[in-house]
Amino acid sequence: MHRSSEVKHVASYLNTRGCECFGQPCESHCPVLTDRTIHVQLKTFIKIRVKPDRTGVVTDGVKHSMNPFCEIAVEEAIKLKEKKLVKEVVAVSCGPQQVQETIRTALAMGADRGIHVEVSGKDYETLGPLQVSKIFAALAKKEQADLIILGKQAIDDDCNQTGQMIAALLDWPQGTFASEMTLEADKMKVVREVDGGLETIKIKLPAVVTADLRLNTPRYATLPNIMKAKKKKIANVKPADLGVDVCSRLEVLKVDEPPQRQAGVKVETVDDLVGKLKEAGRV
Amino acid sequence: MCLFWARCYTCIISCVEPDVELTDQQKEFQELARKFAREEIVPAAPSYDRSGEYPFPLIKRAWELGLINGHIPEDCGGMGLGIFDSCLITEQLAFGCTGVQTAIEANSLGQMPVIIAGNDAQKKKYLGRMAEEPLMCAYCVTEPGAGSDVAGIKTRAVKKGDEYVVNGQKMWITNGGKANWYFLLARTDPDPKCPTSRAFTGFIVEADTPGVQPGRKELNMGQRCSDTRGITFEDVRIPKENVLIGEGAGFKIAMGAFDKTRPPVAAGATGLAQRALEEATKYALERKTFGKFIAEHQAVSFLLAEMAMKVELARMAYQRAAWEVDQGRRNTYYASIAKAFAGDIANQCAADAVQVFGGNGFNSEYPVEKLMRDAKIYQIYEGTAQIQRLIISREHLGKFKQ
Repeated sequence: MHRSSEVKHVASYLNTRGCECFGQPCESHCPVLTDRTIHVQLKTFIKIRVKPDRTGVVTDGVKHSMNPFCEIAVEEAIKLKEKKLVKEVVAVSCGPQQVQETIRTALAMGADRGIHVEVSGKDYETLGPLQVSKIFAALAKKEQADLIILGKQAIDDDCNQTGQMIAALLDWPQGTFASEMTLEADKMKVVREVDGGLETIKIKLPAVVTADLRLNTPRYATLPNIMKAKKKKIANVKPADLGVDVCSRLEVLKVDEPPQRQAGVKVETVDDLVGKLKEAGRV
Repeated sequence: MCLFWARCYTCIISCVEPDVELTDQQKEFQELARKFAREEIVPAAPSYDRSGEYPFPLIKRAWELGLINGHIPEDCGGMGLGIFDSCLITEQLAFGCTGVQTAIEANSLGQMPVIIAGNDAQKKKYLGRMAEEPLMCAYCVTEPGAGSDVAGIKTRAVKKGDEYVVNGQKMWITNGGKANWYFLLARTDPDPKCPTSRAFTGFIVEADTPGVQPGRKELNMGQRCSDTRGITFEDVRIPKENVLIGEGAGFKIAMGAFDKTRPPVAAGATGLAQRALEEATKYALERKTFGKFIAEHQAVSFLLAEMAMKVELARMAYQRAAWEVDQGRRNTYYASIAKAFAGDIANQCAADAVQVFGGNGFNSEYPVEKLMRDAKIYQIYEGTAQIQRLIISREHLGKFKQ
């Protein structure tokens, strides 16, 4: 379900059951490999509550972790490195101090180094795909990246915009909803999951790819790798250093819980059912 | 304060805040163990409990992730983790299934005499191989006629040239049928007047040594997937290189190992109690009676409150015991308190969880009856609840008399 407004995203988020990745608020919107996650196979959810002033959801005291789709993106990047197809994997995350934990998880999975783009306080609350994609476009140029892999969407706002925006800002080709990625010389073959089935495209590098659920199964970070990750570097950068203005163009008017489910009515026969539907003006 | 609980029955996540003083690395270790336990151990535990099959795939997976053999020193290929870090991991694994966790913990118990008393060659040989492959080891001290009274063991080791010949019978050895090697305690001085501190010797015995005969796998009340057996030693020859420290040093080594292994056992019991608390809470927020959720009836919410009190205190107790030994101090007093307390509350919490579930709790389709069966052994192994009280009173009175 992809809706366009921020408010409806939160509402649909509260509504959804049975969705595999129904989960926690995502603290950072970050392409290029890292974001916050619940492991997708878990099929769990945390009860989300709207703040009393109806400006958003309660995030205090809620455990944040890497976005499931971004975890898949990290895994794919590390796989490419293990196949010796890429030289270096850099994990990037935007947000307050806590995102360093997520970057460390990516390092423990096998990324080489991390970059923490510091955004905190009010700026962080209004941080959205447009600002994040500007940050990453600037970083990609600075780091001379050849490939940006990120999760297709964050499971808290379900925007599904960041990857596409980065590609547009950089004027790079994009392969979104990837369920398979194969590097062939300087081109990336991407199998995309689309509504009608699977679409295979070939895009020239440098490119942006967004990871979908079936791309891979992310590995656990092993204990020895967690210890090794401590020695890996995480650089600190501010959006201003990259020439990016994080001011939001969107204003959240209000956030509401979905309406309470009304009790249904039991009917005995099909005629009764049709009668009731007619009464309610549905038929 | 908001309480967040997960709803899926097969995998449970709670937003339990880790303790305030944990370092980032400790939090990551804990998180890895938590994820592994909830995703892989919890779903598989019921079937292992029913079949009694040894959970080797889970143990192998835990080994690959680096979750076991944490205390093996770095120069032998391990990670040289402190007891505190190991306890954090153990608590999470026990949350999943204490049978699996006991099989893993028995490794630590078997290795501990070698870690504290082995010479370099012994450490490199026997600990090194544990770091290279997912092997198991076992701690062979208890006998059919001697459990708490370790000084009463009858297994004899007689020196013959460059070897010791061992004869005797051991019982209730965890990992008995799966171990690659054992730590064995045997009596080397036959003189009944010889003091305990000189009469016993610790050996490392390869499991495939001729004469080592593991018995049948015992069918126990709980932790049923853990492999527990009697082992007969018939004219088993052990090279003198496999003696730890020297002849007569065994008793002290065997007891010294406990100071480092009791905190993890307490952590395991705490993990079980935490599981009981979470399952009971989840159920209490779903089941309705007399028009409201049973959690809203004070009788039930007070049960849950008391379970929570016990879990938190048990956690603090094992953390203190683990921290003390990591600082290099003698922690016998704290280790015994932690183990005694955690064993007792694990049983109480498991029984209370069954109570909260009511009739459903008694039934094997719900997870809490397994917890009650699994909890009992925590008051028995690694020093019975009664022995712990002996130790605590001795330590306490000793301090007072100073």
